[in-house]
Amino acid sequence: MRARLARIDWHDRNTVVYGVLLLLALLFPAVAQFSTGGNGNFLVSTAADAGVYVLLALGLNVVVGFAGLLDLGYAAFFAIGAYTYAMLASNKLAVSPLHHGVHIPFWIALFVAVAVAALFGAMLGAPTLRLRGDYLAIVTLGFGEIVPRIFRNGGSLTGGVNGITALDLPTLPVWLDGPWAGLQLALVRDYQFIDPTAYYVLMLILLGLAIILTSNLLRSRLGRAWMAIREDEVAAAAMGVNTVATKLLAFAVGASFSGFAGCFYGAKLSLVSPENFSFVVSVTILLMVVLGGMGNIPGVIVGALTIYFVDFYVLTNLPSWSSGLADAIGLGFLNQSHAGWTGLGDETQRLIYLVFGLILVVTMVLRPQGLLPSRQRQEELAGGTADEALADVGAA
Amino acid sequence: MAERPEDDVILGVDRVSKRFGGLVAVDDVSFDVRRGRVSALIGPNGAGKTTLFNCVTGLFPPTEGHIWFEDIDVSGVRPHQVAKLGVARTFQNIRLFEYMSALDNVRVGQHVRMKANLWDAMFKLPRERREEVHVTERARELLRFVGLERHGESYARNLSYGQQRRLEIARALATAPRLLLLDEPAAGFTPQEKVELMRLVQRILDQGITILLIEHDMRVVMDISDQITVLDHGEKIAEGPPEEVRHNQRVIDAYLGTAS
Repeated sequence: MRARLARIDWHDRNTVVYGVLLLLALLFPAVAQFSTGGNGNFLVSTAADAGVYVLLALGLNVVVGFAGLLDLGYAAFFAIGAYTYAMLASNKLAVSPLHHGVHIPFWIALFVAVAVAALFGAMLGAPTLRLRGDYLAIVTLGFGEIVPRIFRNGGSLTGGVNGITALDLPTLPVWLDGPWAGLQLALVRDYQFIDPTAYYVLMLILLGLAIILTSNLLRSRLGRAWMAIREDEVAAAAMGVNTVATKLLAFAVGASFSGFAGCFYGAKLSLVSPENFSFVVSVTILLMVVLGGMGNIPGVIVGALTIYFVDFYVLTNLPSWSSGLADAIGLGFLNQSHAGWTGLGDETQRLIYLVFGLILVVTMVLRPQGLLPSRQRQEELAGGTADEALADVGAA
Repeated sequence: MAERPEDDVILGVDRVSKRFGGLVAVDDVSFDVRRGRVSALIGPNGAGKTTLFNCVTGLFPPTEGHIWFEDIDVSGVRPHQVAKLGVARTFQNIRLFEYMSALDNVRVGQHVRMKANLWDAMFKLPRERREEVHVTERARELLRFVGLERHGESYARNLSYGQQRRLEIARALATAPRLLLLDEPAAGFTPQEKVELMRLVQRILDQGITILLIEHDMRVVMDISDQITVLDHGEKIAEGPPEEVRHNQRVIDAYLGTAS
């Protein structure tokens, strides 16, 4: 153990980021509870939701960051994961033409959802991965639009616009309650996941797993093949990389992580609805990957957390902050509504996406390589865009 | 049905044509590459040499004709399968994986000889670790072979031009080929570098790898090739040992232009 610790390179930026993230993740529930006097459940629950996006960003990073395939419909796989759990762990199938409800335990459904999402990833990939660049992006965009629409119009099978409700909660035979969840220390049997801390812990485990698996992949035969395809597909093929199969694997692996995320999301919310998987979700996840630093796992995590914080905390609270600020500095009249002005809070509410856009533009101008870029991306931007033409193989 | 070429022929190009729409890039070309020798493909720019390379390596299937590698018809076989069969190549305009280290470039070359699958890689199983160790050792060996042992960690794009050409050869050798196609390996080289390249080619040959190269530098071609095929406007105009080709009137005309 000591030898292993000694081998960790604390000068490496990524190691430091991992260390800090792990520390923050472990301390967060306790800090949240103490700072709010035991009412921190809301914060812990939000953090677990943020984890869903981190998980999604890690998955999309495999497709976009590692293999260089632009996927604009990633939310579709998220939806497929969530609906898989919804169908397998609720009474939904009882009112469907199947007339028989299915209740698979969460832990098994988790892997079924992963398998189903990966399968759909491969199914989408198979006919489309011969396309390159922009064309592939358009097809994935289409897929991202089609899938939620199928769920919305699926009638009794998918619950239509209302989605599927009352999903089973994950259960465990034993669980340890304690002060970190604002409770007495106690061993609980047949524990049901109601407490947000339980979801938080589960999310940390899933994230840890995702980080280990994607890091392993990056430093493997397959990871190198993905990078080779990203760098030069023709050369990769000539060196013996089966480009179609390798890209297909990137799609399937990327999709499988959103299967994890979807299953968790459905279970935690106990609800899935087609509205939760719109194009905006795909774009948000892509933003997280790009803004964090494409291809670099800690970068993507930081990017996901940052965007989530801005999107779901700063922007949501911006209207009330702005009206509060106006009151505090004696500009209270701005909060009065009259003809052509509905009050500062309300006006801000209408402008939040403008603010969001501005934040993004400013970040990308100041730090085009992302918050924590991979070494490649950093050099790429420093080295300019002197790309070689395809002259060598003509129109390939 | 095309005939199976003789046994000491490693590559048999049999009446191959390649047309792009109305443009005939390669027109009914046949020639053999003999095992354990250096063969050269020469001709003026636009003669169809690189197109022929692309046909052999599966980047473009030939429009007509057959290409035999050993006793397998590889016309129309996908590029990665051709690589797996034992044909490797370099490119006229260097096509390295620019933002990957020199070591990783060579390790990608070994991809086709590796066994690790998705599960092995995801869970870093012992067998995958062993393979990685082995592959990394072999990659370092190949970098040493081309004289890049001190540049393993550099990004390919940060290497000098000559180093990039040598790295491309190392990457191609990593696929463990029996036939190596070199597309203008000496382009842009100084005389000194050309001498070193010729030595490198000889050392590759000594390992039992057959070489087919495209080259414009006549001194290099005449020096190292055993057999030369000359293309002009997609057609084969001459073939034979260097001495013979050098004095062939059609070849001289093709290169210098005919006085008319």
